[in-house]
Amino acid sequence: MENPVVNDYAVRMLNITKTFGTTVANKNVSLDIKKGEILSLLGENGSGKTTLMNMLSGIYFPDSGSILVDGKSAHIRSPKDAHDLKIGMIHQHFKLVDVFTAAENAKLGMRASLKSARAEIKKICERYHFSVDPDKKVYEMSVSEKQTLEIVKALYRGADVLILDEPTAVLTPQETDALFDVMREMKKDGKSIVIITHKLNEVLAISDRVAILRKGEFVGEIETEKADVQTLSDMMVGRSVSLNIDRPEVKDKSVRLVVKNLSVKDNLGVLRLDDVAFTAYSGEILGIAGITGSGQKELLEAIAGLIPTASGSSMIYIDPRTGKEEDLKKYDAEQIRALGISLAFVPEDRLGMGLVGSMNIPDNMLLRSYKEGKFGLVDQKKPLDLAKKVVSELDVVAPNLNTPVRKLSGGNVQKVLVGRELASSPSLMMAAYAVRGLDINTSYAIYRLLNERKLNGGAVIYVGEDLDVLLELCDRILVLCGGRVSGIVDGRTAKKEQVGLMMTGSQCESAETEAAN
Amino acid sequence: MLRIQKRTNMLLWQRWITRLAAIVLALVINAVIIFALTKLNPLKVYGSMFEGVFGTPLILWDTIRRVSMLLCIGVGLAPAFKMKFWNIGAEGQILVGGIAAAACMIYLGNLPNALLLVVMFVLAAAAGGLWGFVPAIAKARLNTNETLFTLMMNYIAIQLTSFFVTFWETPQGSGKVGIINPNTYKGWFPQLFGQRYMLNLIIALVLVVLVFLYLRYTKQGYEIAVVGESHNTAKYAGISVQAVTVRTVTISGAICGIAGFIAVAGQGHTISTSTAGGRGFIAIIVAWLAKFNTFFMILISLLIVFLEKGAEEIASNFNINNDLSKVLMGIILFFILGSEFFINYKLALSKAENA
Repeated sequence: MENPVVNDYAVRMLNITKTFGTTVANKNVSLDIKKGEILSLLGENGSGKTTLMNMLSGIYFPDSGSILVDGKSAHIRSPKDAHDLKIGMIHQHFKLVDVFTAAENAKLGMRASLKSARAEIKKICERYHFSVDPDKKVYEMSVSEKQTLEIVKALYRGADVLILDEPTAVLTPQETDALFDVMREMKKDGKSIVIITHKLNEVLAISDRVAILRKGEFVGEIETEKADVQTLSDMMVGRSVSLNIDRPEVKDKSVRLVVKNLSVKDNLGVLRLDDVAFTAYSGEILGIAGITGSGQKELLEAIAGLIPTASGSSMIYIDPRTGKEEDLKKYDAEQIRALGISLAFVPEDRLGMGLVGSMNIPDNMLLRSYKEGKFGLVDQKKPLDLAKKVVSELDVVAPNLNTPVRKLSGGNVQKVLVGRELASSPSLMMAAYAVRGLDINTSYAIYRLLNERKLNGGAVIYVGEDLDVLLELCDRILVLCGGRVSGIVDGRTAKKEQVGLMMTGSQCESAETEAAN
Repeated sequence: MLRIQKRTNMLLWQRWITRLAAIVLALVINAVIIFALTKLNPLKVYGSMFEGVFGTPLILWDTIRRVSMLLCIGVGLAPAFKMKFWNIGAEGQILVGGIAAAACMIYLGNLPNALLLVVMFVLAAAAGGLWGFVPAIAKARLNTNETLFTLMMNYIAIQLTSFFVTFWETPQGSGKVGIINPNTYKGWFPQLFGQRYMLNLIIALVLVVLVFLYLRYTKQGYEIAVVGESHNTAKYAGISVQAVTVRTVTISGAICGIAGFIAVAGQGHTISTSTAGGRGFIAIIVAWLAKFNTFFMILISLLIVFLEKGAEEIASNFNINNDLSKVLMGIILFFILGSEFFINYKLALSKAENA
């Protein structure tokens, strides 16, 4: 009798194909996940990373191909099957019940008492140095707490294979480091971890091995030791890409927008922006850094006239042609346009605010200018021309102009939105998280467009989350913390750690204490 | 293993073939049921259904009358529904429109008929519009639930109708209004091209075209589409969500009020609590099935009227239990709805093998 072969593989996926209608999401992909390793699954948006992993977690079932878990053939038809096979996935959009506590969420669907769940969660938290309060309700948690809970939930359910889908997208640099520490601990316990990402630095920092997908196909794998940023990005994109972000020198600097004493309260009366002051100049990109929810959204929306500001606030816009000063505080979005102020705004929520998902590209071009039509009718020709122009100049990939923008990929949606906002050559351009979720190529295309606007005399305000990018792209960076400005630094000289500290550290805390007093 | 797969590549003619196949299949299954339960010849039953809907010019015009009514209400719902404002209150909007029309017939009987009809039209639209305006302003200002609010408005309208029925009762004690102006025909739709119901049809078709153009080509139509998709996007685009909500639902109610005008002046020549007769609810199905495309609504209204009248016809002709004929109609509707599933999805055998 043969000795049983020691099985090194936690999961093997063989020749997996998955199609949605005519779209091939995964084509003949084979992927091995070894025991006790951290594997990065790298690829641009729409390359099929999440789809592939969803077939392990029971969300999708492959059209063809087979899956072996721990050496045995497996049919994963539901998340329950995945759970029985000790596979856990932490999705990009958390699957938690808001009104339940941490412990209730963890034991959801399991035959366990709340008491034992609580005890078990405490044990897991001690083991991996998490701090999760089992009795805290999910709606009271911060994003990073929710994510921690998702991981605890997976561990509580006994997962040996953990899949994390873009886990760092919502975390600060410090939180990301903490997460990576936990991942290393779990690896030590013999667990296999797959991290789906398109951030190259993270791949290099955390993983043992990298598997790369491109357009639904497996293009190769590489030991992390042997990889660097350039080789990985070349494999991911399929050709050599330049990874430098341009930062042209500032020319013709003149004051375009002076913000003073800007405060904003939300519906519940909570102060979201507190006494913010800064000046934006033409010919420069002003970056806004901060943890998500520090007031970035409110800042841009206040300037755009979408939300009311507290009394005493002032936002003086200086018209570059006439030199006339207008206080934007007095106007809403409609009046600002009626005054002829060329202000463009690319909001964070592309399909929920910037575009109408069910409409096609030309109809979306109309959104900010539909009132220009004559006799109560909308102009049919102009938006069509603009749509054609945007599609060709920004290389928007769409089946045709009549496709609802919701059906386009994230990058193309963003190009449509940015293209429309830039079409008016705005003298003040604001963009929030303009490259979130976009692939390398599209991100660089967006940076290039922002730079073009800057060179053509526009004042650009850019809210970003990737500090490396902010430091490479922006001329000055304003750091927000808890709705207050914790400082403005020069993008050419500032250090990442310094900005990170301003976002979260002592400078921020002192700003908060001041606010409290 | 059988799996459901989304399909996106179906051509227009394939879609219609699928729908046609569904109807044929439904007829075959119905034939089996008819024969099994009644031993009647299914072909004869179907023949009589057709006769009962299209058989003679008189019957055909009755069908047209019913279709016009349903169509008018469905078209009225379209703007509100497109804005995702669930107006369940068409029933009440029809009734108040009807009350306004009847009041004109009763009190303004000495006006020239053409002028009277115009006044009736305007006041019925205004009354229906008011019935839309009230829930709309509450929604805009206080964010009330429009489904409940419009539904409640129906009951107010019904009570109001009861009141006026008693108030205008003729003869005294009969409990109904009776035919209004039976001798002078004041406020009655005139015959056009020798047809009593031609004007009903014309009004409905004009509304079909107008509302289609309104939604597709005007700024207000564009605003409706944006507000329906996302309030945030609307604000971003400088659209006042409140103003658009109030305006649109008022228009929607006004068109339903016009339907009430047609119901009173164009067919019943009286007013009662059953003037709307549940049409306001059936029109919701029309609007949805047509995906708010007013031209599609012509087809859907025709289909629903065909099923209703066909069911009545075979029930009386063959002495079949009325419920059985409704079952048969239900099966047809079920298959038509089911065909949409096969247009959007296909069933495929999974090829995943064991390793």
